[in-house]
Amino acid sequence: MQYQATVTIEQKAGMLDPEGTTAKRALGHLGYEVSSVKTAKLYEIVLEAESADIAQQKVDEMCQKLIANPIVHNYTIELKELN
Amino acid sequence: MKIAIIQFGGTNCDLDVLHVLKDVLGLDAETVWYKQEDLTGFDGVVVPGGFSYGDYLRAGAIAARTPIMDSVKKLAAEGKPVLGICNGFQVLTEARLLEGALTTNEYPKFRCHWTNLRVEAVDTPFTSKFKKGELIRMPIAHMEGKFYAEEKTLAELDEKEQVVFRYVDGNGKVMDSANPNGSLENIAGIVNTSRNILGLMPHPERASESILGSDDGLRVFESMADYITENF
Repeated sequence: MQYQATVTIEQKAGMLDPEGTTAKRALGHLGYEVSSVKTAKLYEIVLEAESADIAQQKVDEMCQKLIANPIVHNYTIELKELN
Repeated sequence: MKIAIIQFGGTNCDLDVLHVLKDVLGLDAETVWYKQEDLTGFDGVVVPGGFSYGDYLRAGAIAARTPIMDSVKKLAAEGKPVLGICNGFQVLTEARLLEGALTTNEYPKFRCHWTNLRVEAVDTPFTSKFKKGELIRMPIAHMEGKFYAEEKTLAELDEKEQVVFRYVDGNGKVMDSANPNGSLENIAGIVNTSRNILGLMPHPERASESILGSDDGLRVFESMADYITENF
């Protein structure tokens, strides 16, 4: 089966997000007062796997080994089956 | 004695390091393209600065996972010295050869200027020619230089005296105002627990001749060469 994994990489709580802070300030200049802005990185990975569980496990390994840095990042994986 | 200077796609401080090792110090050194996976015959490694692989994913992330890094790990396991400068420091943390991570500067700009540093540890292969507490000058040039580690890791680094350089003011004091990137505890450089792997954000190769404004950095390379001569 073919699956598409959407991986979102976020800074861990307590890490600074200077880009988000700058965007929040710039939104203020435009008259939008918002409580917070956080930035994240998104990867879409398409892969073949025998089952959704195996696909999920493989993408998790990819995140641990390369896509995220567990010291500073949290990540989430959303998986969907492609037709 | 022969020292390897690793080149990745996007490395750009390789020839500066080669100049210092060969022309200034008269040592045997050569650049090694990352596809050459064998480091047999080399007694030390420098991972120089630059923007390997365009800083894609994270600074140093791709270079850290190239096969030549397995050879660097093997060489380090033999006790031979490995020095990572700037992007090289980022590569060594991404390769988990050093603790922590280098993240975007607190003020998120590329910063390129001289810094004052305090030498915190002299019992390493890279700092034997310094005095403990000595105040030195080396320039930085980076956007992802904020040293970050979890509290537990920071405590261990302090306890095992793995912090080698800190950003300080002109009087040698650790101050927020002297911290160019928001590094926790003003950390500019650390070693591993075996002390033969050093990563630092400042550029010793840009401070290795007095005509450049400082030759303090030269002693990093001299210390490394002495260590190799004495041990290998």
